[in-house]
Amino acid sequence: MIRDITIGQYFPGNSVIHRLDPRVKIIATLLFIIEIFIVDNFLGFAVAGLCLGAVIAVSRVPLGYIVRGLKPILIILLFTFALNMFMIDGHILWQWGFLKITAEGLRTAVFMAIRLILLIIGSSMLTLCTRPLSLTDGIERLLSPFKKIGLPAHEIAMMMTIALRFIPTLLEETDKIMKAQQARGADFETGNLIHRAKSLIPILVPLFVSAFRIAQDLAMAMEARCYRGGEHRTRMNEMKFKGRDYAAFALLALFLAVIIVESRIF
Amino acid sequence: MSIRVENLIHIYDKGMPTEQLALDNISFTAEDGQMVGIIGHTGSGKSTLLQHLNGLLKPDSGRIVIGGTDITEPGVSMVQIRKKIGLVFQYPEYQLFEETVAKDVAFGPKNLGLSQEEIDERVREAIELVGLDFETIKDRSPFDLSGGQKRRVAIAGVVAMRPEVLILDEPTAGLDPKAHKDVLAMVEEVHRRTGNITILVSHNMADIARLCDKIIVIDSGKLVTTGTPYEVFSKKDELRAVGLELPPVTKFTESLRERGLQLESTILDIDQAADQIAAYLKRKAK
Amino acid sequence: MDNIITIENLTFEYTRGEESDPVKAIDNISLEIERGSFTAIIGKNGSGKSTLAKNLNGLLLPTEGAVYVNGYDTRDDDNIWNVRQTAGMVFQNPDNQLVSAIVEDDVAFGPENLGVDPAEIRRRVDKALEDVNMGQYKKKAPHLLSGGQKQRIAIAGVVAMKPKCIIFDEPTAMLDPKGRGEIMSIIDELHKEGITVILITHFMDEAVRADRVIIMNEGRILLDGTPRQVFRQEELIRSANLDVPLMVEMGAKLRERGIDVPADIITEEKMVEFICQYE
Repeated sequence: MIRDITIGQYFPGNSVIHRLDPRVKIIATLLFIIEIFIVDNFLGFAVAGLCLGAVIAVSRVPLGYIVRGLKPILIILLFTFALNMFMIDGHILWQWGFLKITAEGLRTAVFMAIRLILLIIGSSMLTLCTRPLSLTDGIERLLSPFKKIGLPAHEIAMMMTIALRFIPTLLEETDKIMKAQQARGADFETGNLIHRAKSLIPILVPLFVSAFRIAQDLAMAMEARCYRGGEHRTRMNEMKFKGRDYAAFALLALFLAVIIVESRIF
Repeated sequence: MSIRVENLIHIYDKGMPTEQLALDNISFTAEDGQMVGIIGHTGSGKSTLLQHLNGLLKPDSGRIVIGGTDITEPGVSMVQIRKKIGLVFQYPEYQLFEETVAKDVAFGPKNLGLSQEEIDERVREAIELVGLDFETIKDRSPFDLSGGQKRRVAIAGVVAMRPEVLILDEPTAGLDPKAHKDVLAMVEEVHRRTGNITILVSHNMADIARLCDKIIVIDSGKLVTTGTPYEVFSKKDELRAVGLELPPVTKFTESLRERGLQLESTILDIDQAADQIAAYLKRKAK
Repeated sequence: MDNIITIENLTFEYTRGEESDPVKAIDNISLEIERGSFTAIIGKNGSGKSTLAKNLNGLLLPTEGAVYVNGYDTRDDDNIWNVRQTAGMVFQNPDNQLVSAIVEDDVAFGPENLGVDPAEIRRRVDKALEDVNMGQYKKKAPHLLSGGQKQRIAIAGVVAMKPKCIIFDEPTAMLDPKGRGEIMSIIDELHKEGITVILITHFMDEAVRADRVIIMNEGRILLDGTPRQVFRQEELIRSANLDVPLMVEMGAKLRERGIDVPADIITEEKMVEFICQYE
């Protein structure tokens, strides 16, 4: 299950999408997310889906890999689908006791499901095709105008970098601790809710201890490597908009125009 | 009591493109009172094998029979397996979590569903067995102990479950020479006093040669060879081929033999080596 | 003699908890480390060896006395970054010292902090990764690498800062024999290239490679000299709860059996030579 999560993972590659400036990709992703919440007809979703499909094709990230990332959110997806389908009043298509399905409900449910799927795939495309550090760099630079009003842009980016680095380490650690406690007879699978919550203590305490140890070690290692915040720092990979970035902006504008026009017409 | 592992096969990610044969037809046996060493370089499949012995992983085929019970059968409960086999992972001190040493050691026995008296008795016994003083240490926080002490407490947590088979994965990893010696002496003591089967995984060939009755060599999920330390360390080319070294003393005497010295082959003990070298030099001096 | 590090009457105290009396981890040590040398510092856990290491680049500051690195006083705030750039440090746990989720970005972290020009960082990163034979892993994520490989990345990260001296704080303690071998040969290589190496360890076979061995016990220096001078003191070393190299033990056992083995034989090579001289 843990291995299935693709959000936040990076899929190494050298496609045009991979090489785009992270700032372009972040802005595009944000606009895409806003778009799919504006759209409320099938044609609009088809256009959005098609564009996303094209991006996936160009990026050469295997479709299977992306779809697998949907697995962990399947439950949320079904839950929102059911919620929308049964809860919205309108023209009744089917009824059994207090359960009813309305045309409006069905329509909203389908739209919501499509939105969620597009949202997950769209945002995972951002992380799949952008090296984590470029991503945080991009965020830092997009946020840097706000430094003037006291926003700690560099610190936020550094925290994200470290989180990305240590998520796999902490997952591994969790797995190890779970196995060690299972070997001592711990049981995480049976019993009622309270029992299960209690059974998490033997995992959580060592995990916190580990996390603090990592934090301490890492802080010392960073200091030893002359880390002193964002001042005086340079970057190995400088960010400059290139031809392909301007092209991407143009395509993005086109996509925006199509969606807006389409939603006006239909 | 005995362990019989028969034709164990385990495949990771079956059916996926990343499919990997982690254990390839492994068979071996161990008898009561034996100390068995498992050696193999990192990634050879050792950890996968250990997790099978403890029921944490299930094989794709093959059997593990312990004292007449096949623990790979679907009906066998985990509690039953844990009563028979205790597994101490690498760096076991990282799993300590209770407020006091005594409570932490009691975690395993409690999970076995024992009575409070039985638990108390076992906790005391296990803490003393690993060479700590029960009265002075029982109410201390495990997080305030030294590295070597923490490791002992963690091992006591498994020993208190009174397993008939005790598996230790690199019990001395990361310890300084003194703690290394102490922990090994403690493992020997537990083995001697309980008469259990002890399975020791280690990269330290000198320790393996000194302590074990039997050695199992694993590489890429396959059993390469098995036998007494003398038998296994005689096969130096076979070991080198799978990236393993001889114990340092043996390596030294073998290199002397290559230079033409008439020493016995595969000397595992430093005193024996010194005896023979001294005898050789005295002959030459005459 | 040209010294890169000078330690003058260093004492370091710390308090455990709030009320207890301060513990002296280091008790009035004076030492000089010669530029370009390879020094091994050995001691059991709690002997003060790691505390000493952290005093050498200003991660810890002296309670009393002073430490000078390349002439800079570590207590001087204005020079702390010069101190740390001069004396880089590799730590024990390979997992907990890598900052970035991509190998080459991690190696770039140090030079970036120093404000090095981007094109120069690129050159240094590529060179440092080649130096530790990890060039083909540039774009990989550290968590997919073995312990030995991660430790090589950590070394590259320090090398890319162009330090004059590298302090290795038990770099092989958590590695398997293969990883240990890799790291030790890289350390030898760096020393040959002129970097001053200070290796904290408790593996005697690693210490034998050094030009100078310092044995610490209870916050003080117990022995200091060439490996030959130090390791002949078998009893004193054992009294500090440490092992001696196998060949020192072998020499002692042969002497017990009436063979006159010179006390300065501490390596296998020399021992084989001695035994085979009667051929």
